[in-house]
Amino acid sequence: MFLNDDFVRRMRRNGMAMAGLGIVVVLFCVAIFANQLSPYPPSHIDTTNILAPPTWSHPLGTDVLGRDVLSRMIHGAGVSLSVGFVAVGISTLIGMILGAVSGYYGGLMDRIVMRFVDVMLCFPSFFLILAVIAFVGPSIWNIMIVIGVTSWMGVARLVRAEFLSIRERDFVQAAISQGARDGRIIFLHILPNALAPVLVAATLGIASAVLIESGLSFLGIGVQPPDPSWGNMLTEGKDNIEIAWWLSVYPGMAILTTVMGYNMLGEGIRDSLDPRLRR
Amino acid sequence: MRFLIKRIALMIPTLIGITIISFAVMKMAPGDPTSLMTDLNPNMNEEAVKRIRAHYGLDQPWHVQYIKWLGNMVALDFGKSFAADNRPVLDKISERIPITILINILSLILIFSVSIPIGVFSAVKQDSLFDRVSSLIVFIGFAVPTFWLALLLMILFGVKLDWLPISGFRSLNYSYLTPLGQILDISKHLVLPIFVSAFGGLAGMSRYMRSNMLEVIRQDYITTARAKGLDERTVIFKHALRNALLPLITILGLSVPGLIGGSVIFETIFAIPGMGQLFYQSVMMRDYPTIMGILVIGAALTLFGNLLADLLYSWADPRIRVSD
Amino acid sequence: MRINKNLFVIIMIILGFLAGCNDKSAQTENPVKGHETKEPTPVPAAESKPAYGDMIIIGSIGDASVLLPVLASDSASGDINGLIYNGLVRYDRDINLIGELAEKWEISEDKLTIRFFLKKDVKWHDGKPFTSKDVEYTYKVYVDPKTPTAYSTDFLRVKEFRVLDDYTLEVVYEKPYAPALGSWGQGMLPRHLLEGVDITESPLKRNPVGTGPYRFKDWTTGEKIILDSFHDYFDGRPYIDRVMTRIIPDLATMFLELKALSLDQMGLTPLQYVRQTDTKWFKDNFNKYKYLGFGYSYLGYNLQDWKFRDQRVRQALTTAINRESIVQGVLLGLGTVTDTPYKPDSFWYNQNVTKFPYDPEKAKEMLAEAGWKDTDGDGILDKDGKPFEFTIITNHGNDIRKNAATIIQRDLKKVGVEVKIRVIEWAAFLKNFINKRNFEACLLGWGIGVDPNQIDIWNSKKTGENELNFVNFQNPEVDRLLDLGASTYDKEERKKYYDRFQEIIAEEQPYTFLFVQYSLPTINSRFHGIEPAPIGIGYNFVKWYVPKALQKYTIQP
Repeated sequence: MFLNDDFVRRMRRNGMAMAGLGIVVVLFCVAIFANQLSPYPPSHIDTTNILAPPTWSHPLGTDVLGRDVLSRMIHGAGVSLSVGFVAVGISTLIGMILGAVSGYYGGLMDRIVMRFVDVMLCFPSFFLILAVIAFVGPSIWNIMIVIGVTSWMGVARLVRAEFLSIRERDFVQAAISQGARDGRIIFLHILPNALAPVLVAATLGIASAVLIESGLSFLGIGVQPPDPSWGNMLTEGKDNIEIAWWLSVYPGMAILTTVMGYNMLGEGIRDSLDPRLRR
Repeated sequence: MRFLIKRIALMIPTLIGITIISFAVMKMAPGDPTSLMTDLNPNMNEEAVKRIRAHYGLDQPWHVQYIKWLGNMVALDFGKSFAADNRPVLDKISERIPITILINILSLILIFSVSIPIGVFSAVKQDSLFDRVSSLIVFIGFAVPTFWLALLLMILFGVKLDWLPISGFRSLNYSYLTPLGQILDISKHLVLPIFVSAFGGLAGMSRYMRSNMLEVIRQDYITTARAKGLDERTVIFKHALRNALLPLITILGLSVPGLIGGSVIFETIFAIPGMGQLFYQSVMMRDYPTIMGILVIGAALTLFGNLLADLLYSWADPRIRVSD
Repeated sequence: MRINKNLFVIIMIILGFLAGCNDKSAQTENPVKGHETKEPTPVPAAESKPAYGDMIIIGSIGDASVLLPVLASDSASGDINGLIYNGLVRYDRDINLIGELAEKWEISEDKLTIRFFLKKDVKWHDGKPFTSKDVEYTYKVYVDPKTPTAYSTDFLRVKEFRVLDDYTLEVVYEKPYAPALGSWGQGMLPRHLLEGVDITESPLKRNPVGTGPYRFKDWTTGEKIILDSFHDYFDGRPYIDRVMTRIIPDLATMFLELKALSLDQMGLTPLQYVRQTDTKWFKDNFNKYKYLGFGYSYLGYNLQDWKFRDQRVRQALTTAINRESIVQGVLLGLGTVTDTPYKPDSFWYNQNVTKFPYDPEKAKEMLAEAGWKDTDGDGILDKDGKPFEFTIITNHGNDIRKNAATIIQRDLKKVGVEVKIRVIEWAAFLKNFINKRNFEACLLGWGIGVDPNQIDIWNSKKTGENELNFVNFQNPEVDRLLDLGASTYDKEERKKYYDRFQEIIAEEQPYTFLFVQYSLPTINSRFHGIEPAPIGIGYNFVKWYVPKALQKYTIQP
């Protein structure tokens, strides 16, 4: 396994990775304790107090319906993060299964899967996501699923490459020669050893899913109201950017920090795993 | 040569796969192009709706539609748009492709010319101040939502400072300008769009360059070169850089779908009539022929780009023969 | 830029993608009497004489699709076509029908025949004379089953079309049909360029030739459309030499361009109107206008759904919704609550219908009377063990509807009704939800035609899959009143039928009528001659001008 003392030591020394980890942990806490942290219910409307600048009672101001921006940001953390996590969960699962099958069995199976990967990589990915979301409708679940099923190709390639190399190692060959079943070999012997690069890819994937959601929100097909996501808050804020900067600056900063946090964490993990993996 | 033929032959099943996926995606869609024309329209009785559907061939089972479409495709006939203008898909695409390609090539050049030096210097001076600062900037670039950055820059340079035009890609008096003036005019309009579209790409590319370089520097032959007493400059720029640059060829090949893809987000915000907008509008109108046309042309160009990258690769580094 | 009588033009516009937010068809709308409509800029009298020249640049979020009025159903195309083509008749500033290409007309005693006498000096943009043959051709194209047009209904009622001579023609109807005359406001097409050609293949789609005040010059897809003034226009050469429509898909960008003075005209959002244009600089450079629009928004209940079958429930829901707070909060006061499907400031509107002003306590009582009580104490009303929950669907791309739905959600929660909101992309919205009747309540808008005819929306039989009575409203008296209204020419007598119709609708509440929005165009203050009238401001566009001294652009032909 990769979570050895060496790894922990290298992570600790990597300032960027720790900063990223810090951001991610804080976000998690915010998302989990959203109800306790937010001063108002996120959809509490007050039409007599719209677009109010930040004050003590509304530390980050109010939006076009007089809702408290801070409360919506706090609840949006959960929405944005769950989009990232579920989407990446799906893409990682698909990628691992296809990559494992392809790398372990090789031959025709491998060729078919890799051809499929090539085909999927030929589409400009945002176009594909956009088309499918527009067609199936932008519910939060659809967005997670569509981002997931259109972004597994990298993981599949990674896992396949790991399988190809690990398969040839002695302990795997020994297991094969002892007549262990394929499933057992794949899940018990090879997969745990291939997890490290997948973890890195997944961390980076969460970052990009958060960004994709904000892009979809710009087109109006991101997470739909009244669920607050940072993407749809930023989009709502954009039209009033000159008179209500707080509507777009805070969600914008939140997206920026989160994506940076995940990226720094991902790179940090990669750098700390094993100097050989530094690429 | 045999290598080339084999590669091209391999492209055919990939292309067919691409068309099948595009077609399948479209058939998943609820609503069809006729619904925009016929729904909520009292003039359209069942008869008229049927006639219109037949006119577009939508009354046939999907595999019949697909084979018919594929047949036309082989003859390079992309069909006519289902939108009200009913124009040939190729016309619609070809009038938008130049501006998209121009922007994307320029931004690709910008990405390469900025990110390679950043990557190289960060690697050479690993953990220096430069490395840290540039890493930070690059992370920000990757993390900032495009449309937000675009709007902020537009307000800063277009409104507050009034240095650059806000949107569009040429001025109203464009056709009265001298050729030089026209070039200048377009350049001024494209500064922000190109910067915005390049900013995100900078991150990936410079990080990639950095790790390539780090890896190359650790290789034996670099150590050997140093041991031979060559000075550091020669080692880095002559030996290390050349080898670190090689993988970029593959990246170049992979950037091709982005080249014609364009981005609906910054095109919308900068009012640039490119491929991204066309695709988005077609999706919203269920304009199947146009959607398919864009996806297929895009995918074909990508395959071509990959092929080109492989060829370049084997030319640049004869040791490598990419098989599959 | 002219009122198109045809209800469905406006339906398409209002319901369309860009619905409600910002299209410049807004120009054709009505000022409310007594409201401030203009903030004039003082210009010395000598300098403000009408003069030819200059260009107006208009912002539009969407590109036109096709520049033939018979094929176009989007508002962007409609606006351009309005300048290129003319109809036989049009509505004047006070919403009366007057001749445009027709000099005059005669309606027979039995109201079945209309005889048009055409103007004799009208030329197409290519110099050919306009004659009754062109009208005949246009009519035939509209009724041709092969033409994919949204505007054939009115023309299909014509029993016979007779050309008497080059400048006289007669149309005969089966039954008296009051909206008939107005239907001849549709754009006339040039026979000499189109006859014998499949209209969907004609090059005129992108290179139109009409009789209107502006002729087509250039169209760069997705970028701009340029029209130049037609010097031989039968009503005199327009003052403004060039009209450029710039396509800017993002509203925030469009507003920045306006403030950079690269646009002369756009429609403002309520927020822009109230909060972003109140500066001295803006007032010096732009005039803002404010009209009640020709369209209303409503919450429609699916009357086949068991929850909404009881009229008392619908009345209670209307009572529970604070419509005034929607107007204040979402439209920032730039709209007015309406209780019937007509414009509150129009001749046809009936003030004396049953109203259901906001009163949450009363709403609770009304719901209790109808059997909805919170028996299990969870804060949500229930009946027969089922909680009162429903989903409001609305179309994607319209923030005002989305926000109105959010406020309705809050208001209904207060009386114990749980509402979910779903925003659905337009094509899927129609196909899977509206047409299939697969909805509980929908938040949408209708255009309000100049003619009061609304058979297609309320008739009991118009409930088929693609028809407009999708809430399934059934009332034999309404059917009869609407038929009477459509076949009566006398305005006062007609109004009686429509007044009664409005009383029934207001009583039964198949919709909760929400509000009519103001249209908020703003125009650079160098343009003079803009005279707001009940019909809006676009009606006298050819008389707008920029005094010589203020002209900004020189047009090189």
